[in-house]
Amino acid sequence: MSVRITRAVALRVVNQLRRDPRTIALIVGVPCVLMVLLQQLFGRHSPVFQSVGTPMLGLFPFITMFLVTSITMLRERTSGTLERLMTLPLHKIDILAGYGLAFGLVAVVQATVVSLLALGLLGLDVAGPNWLVVVLAVGNAILGSTLGLFVSAFAETEFQAVQFMPALVLPQILLCGLFVARDQMAAWLRALSYALPLTYAYDALARTAADEIDDVWFAVDCLVIVGSIALAIALGAATLRRRTA
Amino acid sequence: MRASAIRVVDLRVVRGDAVVLPGLSCEVEAGSVTGLLGPSGSGKSTFLRAIVGVQKVVSGAVDVLGHAAGSTALRSRIGYMTQAPSVYGDLTVRENLVFFARVLGEPETAVERVLAEVSMEEFRGRLVGRLSGGQRARVSLAAALLGEPDLLVLDEPTVGLDPVLRRDLWELFHSLTEGGTTLLVSSHVMDEADRCHALLLLREGKLLAHATPAELRRQTGQENLEDVFLHLIEERA
Repeated sequence: MSVRITRAVALRVVNQLRRDPRTIALIVGVPCVLMVLLQQLFGRHSPVFQSVGTPMLGLFPFITMFLVTSITMLRERTSGTLERLMTLPLHKIDILAGYGLAFGLVAVVQATVVSLLALGLLGLDVAGPNWLVVVLAVGNAILGSTLGLFVSAFAETEFQAVQFMPALVLPQILLCGLFVARDQMAAWLRALSYALPLTYAYDALARTAADEIDDVWFAVDCLVIVGSIALAIALGAATLRRRTA
Repeated sequence: MRASAIRVVDLRVVRGDAVVLPGLSCEVEAGSVTGLLGPSGSGKSTFLRAIVGVQKVVSGAVDVLGHAAGSTALRSRIGYMTQAPSVYGDLTVRENLVFFARVLGEPETAVERVLAEVSMEEFRGRLVGRLSGGQRARVSLAAALLGEPDLLVLDEPTVGLDPVLRRDLWELFHSLTEGGTTLLVSSHVMDEADRCHALLLLREGKLLAHATPAELRRQTGQENLEDVFLHLIEERA
């Protein structure tokens, strides 16, 4: 792995995003609007907004970064630039780390802005430390990015890549405990939810909101998130082939 | 004859159900410009991809600069220009080249050098996506020139260029060989064949001929290289 090349890839991806201010406005603006809608819908002091608000702060970056990364990587594959990169003296991990760094940076901006809005103006109450919400949101973004990188290998067109979002992300959102508490789920659904990384991301955020971060399960959540990121990177690296048919 | 920069023995490539290269063997002389000519679909790009080591091959040996194609040792020694310009449309010309220079560990002065070599200095601040096809191809070529590679593999580098630019690029290719660089350049335009030291004529994945333009004329008794090609095809039939 090379720091120079990872930095070059990250700078390039950030430069590409900078050229597309509308996408940046959407990445940061849409979660803010949705957060306002959520607060207005249920009311500032409603238990629903207070319990759902914090996990939402982590879900937004997960979804956006999944989409943005899978499309960016797909473009890299179809435009021939990936083929050129594969003939150059770099490691696959340099590309993946560069992407992770760039989208992690975007996630910091997104998560910070949405968190400031939610915790400040919208009156969302987080019993645990506020900075931890932002850290977890960035973790979710990186998880979304790495999963997006991996699934981009299975999409031939941008239409297909977009469809992976409802296919792979929505089931995770349904089962993570946001809609129905996991101990109230049918046994097979609960078993399934244990296999999905977003379950742990949701749980970590919910525990932060309730100030239960001393609980052993919070540590388990964090470990599973980091492990899932590592696994997605390994799977992503396996899909970056130097030789193609 | 000087040493070989590329040695290909019995290279077989199958893509899907199609046998693209049934079993190709040839050598490319170091420090020369070798033209790879043939109609569209004859397997030129596949052959070049095998040489730079990004093509899955069924069997055969491809030896490049003394290493097996695709070896790590070769990655800083080969410049590769794909047929479709492989540069980022949402970056400027300069940003593209600075990125590839950083990956190669080249100083930024190298960017100005290659910009001048492809006559694109005045476009350095323009977004690649807004350039014409020929200009985009020149950015892609400039990226391949970064790092002063020992071997340049160029897939149709002069498509869509005006005659003056085409002449300038061929002069550049020749001046590079004086420094010892080997060039393998594909084209489907026969009038570029005369600018090459050696020609590989490819048709349906098979090598029709490998000789200098002068030798080919003598062998076939044809003056025009287009007729040389036709003559060779008919001879085989």
